[in-house]
Amino acid sequence: MGANGNAIEVDHLVKKFGDLVAVNDISFTVPHGEIFGLLGPNGAGKTTLIRMMTTLTPPTSGTARIDGHDIRKDPDGVRQVLGVIPQAFTSDPELTARENMLIHAKLYGVPADKREGLIDRLLEQVDLLKFRDALVRTFSGGMRRRLEIARGLVHSPTILFLDEPTTGLDPVSRTNVWEMIRDLRDKSDLTILITTHYMDEADKLCERIAIVDHGKLVALDSPTRLKDSIPGTDVVEAEFDNPPPDWLDSLKTLPDVASVSQREGVVHIGSHNGPATLTAVIDFARSRKIVIRRITVQSTTLDDVFLFYTGRELRDRVSHGVGHDISHLYR
Amino acid sequence: MKFYRIWALIERDLRKFFRSPALMMASMVFPLVQLIVLGYAFGGKIKGASMAFVDDDHSVESRKVREMFDGIQAGPQTFHVVDYQSLPRAVDDLRAGFVQGVVQVPQNFSRDFYQRNRPRIAFTEDNTDQVMAGALLERVQQMVSDMNAPSVEPRLDSQVTLNVVEVYPYIEYAKYLLAGSTAMAIFIVAMIGGGITFIDDKSRGLHEGYLLTPIHKTELVLGLIGAGAFKGLLAGMALTIIGGLLVGIPRLWDPVRLFYLTLVVLVASVAMISFMFLAMVRVDDPLVPRAIFGVLNTLLFFPSGAISPIEGFPKWLRALSVIDPFTYTVHALRNLTIKSTGIEGIYKDVIVLSCFAVMMIVGSIALFKRQL
Repeated sequence: MGANGNAIEVDHLVKKFGDLVAVNDISFTVPHGEIFGLLGPNGAGKTTLIRMMTTLTPPTSGTARIDGHDIRKDPDGVRQVLGVIPQAFTSDPELTARENMLIHAKLYGVPADKREGLIDRLLEQVDLLKFRDALVRTFSGGMRRRLEIARGLVHSPTILFLDEPTTGLDPVSRTNVWEMIRDLRDKSDLTILITTHYMDEADKLCERIAIVDHGKLVALDSPTRLKDSIPGTDVVEAEFDNPPPDWLDSLKTLPDVASVSQREGVVHIGSHNGPATLTAVIDFARSRKIVIRRITVQSTTLDDVFLFYTGRELRDRVSHGVGHDISHLYR
Repeated sequence: MKFYRIWALIERDLRKFFRSPALMMASMVFPLVQLIVLGYAFGGKIKGASMAFVDDDHSVESRKVREMFDGIQAGPQTFHVVDYQSLPRAVDDLRAGFVQGVVQVPQNFSRDFYQRNRPRIAFTEDNTDQVMAGALLERVQQMVSDMNAPSVEPRLDSQVTLNVVEVYPYIEYAKYLLAGSTAMAIFIVAMIGGGITFIDDKSRGLHEGYLLTPIHKTELVLGLIGAGAFKGLLAGMALTIIGGLLVGIPRLWDPVRLFYLTLVVLVASVAMISFMFLAMVRVDDPLVPRAIFGVLNTLLFFPSGAISPIEGFPKWLRALSVIDPFTYTVHALRNLTIKSTGIEGIYKDVIVLSCFAVMMIVGSIALFKRQL
């Protein structure tokens, strides 16, 4: 365990590929036993960050300590305490589930008398025991991901890294993987770090989330506090026909409205009371004879949080964001 | 260095290898086909060629020459004789490929014969086909030599004669080619197992899974080379035995010889796999090993003396054969299969191949990137 009881300590990590800064001076800590999420769009630098932390890529500067092992000075120690499930499938499709587990158990030096029992127990844990002797090439994406999670646990690591664990999976398989991750955390004292670009995944699984964009850490807190950190507790989204130039400023004067912004024709109104603002917007539009094409109200989501802090939506849409002071979000 | 990690990688490859015999089949089909087709297409005795005979002398002596040609037609059957009335017509047919040689008995042949004035017979050959031309020339020269032999042998003869002693019974070309085919089978395993599969596994992300474990790069390289060498050994021995049975290598089951064969095939497998590994250690594009397969095959197989003696090569090709691991593999295997030598015939090759393998392995470990 690292200093101050932290399982993971990332200390000013930087990774440059020529002129491109993939990871730009990121620091954070993860206490033992936490499920921690790295949230960001594709290309944000999450995988590069995780590759540095798992010793697959050397950092340009900075370092990280995994369970007290420095990634620069003690990579073997890091590899021994880490279970890693990379983004790409790394299980061998020409081997059976059991054989994949067995080879990894041997690579980690798991004693021979413990291997078979351990493999069966882990396969049962991920609901693959009945497929233990089936070739992995016959597995669905969800089954293969579950196998890789089981394989990542074969040497009883203290920290588990999952890089985009549900990317490419159907909704049912995603839910299964989520349940399995929760189950793992509940039944052991594993520290779990997940990278994802799915808001709902981060929201449902993680106790704390770091939002990464363009290689930088832009926000870090619990999902609830992140949502609370942006103006308003609800978001009203509306589309209007031919609004006048002062329309957005006019909307800001309505009661309970905390913020108003517009992207790609959709007006986002942050509100402290969504239903009341919804009614007020409808009445106000009617009084100004402006047609409302669509209007919805919902609680603030991580998508809104991401939009607020990065100026763009997580679905990789390009928009023109503004800078925000986020220093109060670090802890 | 932990041996159990090396063995884990070898075990992984062997489980896949025994589950799917595709690699074994792929590595053996081409060398076996080559052994059978090439082995029996090359090196056979020429029979049934067409020899044009132009008799411009029409004499008793020219008739005797014609009869000697008939004798060849009836005996060794190297060629059958086709009579032509004019030399230009016969040469035209030679150029067109209807006949493979032209013999002309010129007009004054009998006169010169009786006047002992160097009587001559002309032989025109199609030198675009050296094998055919050589075989026909040899036969014609032998016939002329027989014509010159005195009808009554002198009691005391001062002429020097050459007695040829063959150390081994007649060796068919297919037997000669077996060593090259075995080396080829090992090379194909090295190419597929050490090159194509290695790069494919890398591009599919399978290697990332191993790089995340505490395995050291020396263990990884030795594990991958060890697995490839084991597959090369199996393919090489299978081809030696199947090919040996097909071409009729005697005493194939002699345990001592089998032991030496195993030793040579094993060392050759390690040498070729490690060579291939070194060549591919920094390659990421799956197309590269496929693209260079033919080039490497040509560069390694042909200069090795697998199909014809190195002594017939130009200097630059001889130099290539010196650094070619195929050369030592072929030499050692040929010594064992058709010359039945013991360790004295192979130890130098084994030493060279071992040194070569060590250099390749050291180079591979040095160049292997433990990180992505």
